[in-house]
Amino acid sequence: MGWVNRATATYAARMIETRGLRKSFKSRQGREKKTIEAVRGVDLDVAEGEIFGFLGPNGAGKTTTLRMLATLIEPDGGTATIAGADLRSDPGEVRRRIGYVAQGGSTWDESTAREELVLQARLYGASKSSALARAAEVLDAFQLAEYADRKCKTYSGGQRRRVDIALGIIHAPRVVFLDEPTTGLDPQSRAHMWDEVRRLRAEGMTVFITTHYLDEADALCDRISIMDNGEIVASGTPAELKREISGDVVRVGLLPDHVAAAAQALNSYKIETYDDNVRLAVEDGAVAIPQILRALDAADVPLGTIELHRPTLDDVFLTKTGRSLRES
Amino acid sequence: MKLLRDTSLIFQRQAQLLLRNPVWILVGVFQPVMYLLLFAPLLKPALQVNSNAEAYEIFVPGLLVLLAIFGGLFQGFGLIAELRAGVIERSRVTPVSRLALLLGRSLRDVVSLIAQAVIITLLALLFDLRVFIGDLLLAYLMLALISLMTSALSYGIALVVKSEDALAPLMNTVAQPVLLLSGILLPLTFAPGWLQGIADWNPFSWAVDGTRALFRGDLGSPEVWQGLLIMALLAAAAVAWAAREFARSVR
Repeated sequence: MGWVNRATATYAARMIETRGLRKSFKSRQGREKKTIEAVRGVDLDVAEGEIFGFLGPNGAGKTTTLRMLATLIEPDGGTATIAGADLRSDPGEVRRRIGYVAQGGSTWDESTAREELVLQARLYGASKSSALARAAEVLDAFQLAEYADRKCKTYSGGQRRRVDIALGIIHAPRVVFLDEPTTGLDPQSRAHMWDEVRRLRAEGMTVFITTHYLDEADALCDRISIMDNGEIVASGTPAELKREISGDVVRVGLLPDHVAAAAQALNSYKIETYDDNVRLAVEDGAVAIPQILRALDAADVPLGTIELHRPTLDDVFLTKTGRSLRES
Repeated sequence: MKLLRDTSLIFQRQAQLLLRNPVWILVGVFQPVMYLLLFAPLLKPALQVNSNAEAYEIFVPGLLVLLAIFGGLFQGFGLIAELRAGVIERSRVTPVSRLALLLGRSLRDVVSLIAQAVIITLLALLFDLRVFIGDLLLAYLMLALISLMTSALSYGIALVVKSEDALAPLMNTVAQPVLLLSGILLPLTFAPGWLQGIADWNPFSWAVDGTRALFRGDLGSPEVWQGLLIMALLAAAAVAWAAREFARSVR
């Protein structure tokens, strides 16, 4: 397959490197013109062969960053090198070396998976025969061969998502960008998708994946960057990030309408409230829990539940941004 | 020739999808045939011509231009559906030529229009229309240029507005005065001077005049080359603009 890039592997320790990547949009609200700074200076370093997680709440700027890296929108500033090609000066070469799978899907109802795959391979320059061969190979790998000649509108959500990813990697790119690949999938399809992602990495691809599922980032990704409000607020392996939070996390579940009173009673701690919960970062849970119970009791706040756990990525997010990722 | 190759790939896909759903032939031919059968008989007395053949010489070219304008202008709806399905974005992350993304689609529209035009011409022959094959081919070239221009325009606008709700009224607003001022249904020879003055600024009016001249067998008439030239220039401009919209970053 001369049209794929596998052979051109000039070893790049950094598969993706961005410095100060910026993008703002102008929007109009009534008469007022507003500039929204969607991405404000993002530095990313993704090593070859990594599964890199890009984590953050909706609206954090993840998709905008991803679309810049995929050459779909032009950055306002900053630099980026992807698989050795410069994003600003040579987007055409970047296109040849990357795959991109959009969040909203990319298949046409009336086409079959095989037709879509063959066309996609040919758009990357494959001859008809090698496109057919490659499509068959990919259909097998994604366990789609059985439905390959049915129209896309007959597929289940999980099947359709697999076709989307197959389309994104048909040309065996060096790096593939997956925008929220598991959003909206049932748990079984999600687990299946994780396996697919690991398989892509095993085939030698670097995988850049955005998600707002914390457990997904924790379980699947080698390294993650957490984005909030257009900026990277933390980067590292999930274990490193969690280690940064020393101590334990205590979650107090309250009966409805008692959050304010509880927050008042516990204001000597580092706390965060969401729904009917108060979350506390404490040094030693075993010491803190009796104190918390006494404080609540003294303030006449009835207790629903109390739980002690090791820090999760959500706690990391909370520490860095002062908000919980779950509520945003 | 990457552009040629890419264009033919996009064209093949679009044509394949069109052929898979041949209802469009029925729909696309049914309405003009109704015009031929139900409207044209009014023409002979209305136009004060001597024979049906003469009436058809005036009416059929107008009808074909009408089809080319409207057929093209409403192609944008299909593109919006493709945008929504993510098909366009998927194409835009590949190294495919952006001009090919447009041309492949517009050429499909041109070919399907010409197919319609052939069917209608054949039917009109049954009604005693007579036209030289060379003139007819030039007339088809005119139709192809019109259709290329209007479909490119429609695709470009679709990429800008991105919603059917905005595209529909916009296209209707454009199409209606264009239709009335082009003398498509009735020639503007009957129009008062001020109306003709306005119509001179409507490029489609030149296209209709040129096409009518060809159907009359009046190849030497300046209306022919004027119409072709105006349509060719406008088609080139529309294609250049719409291709830029395909290349441009969209949020």
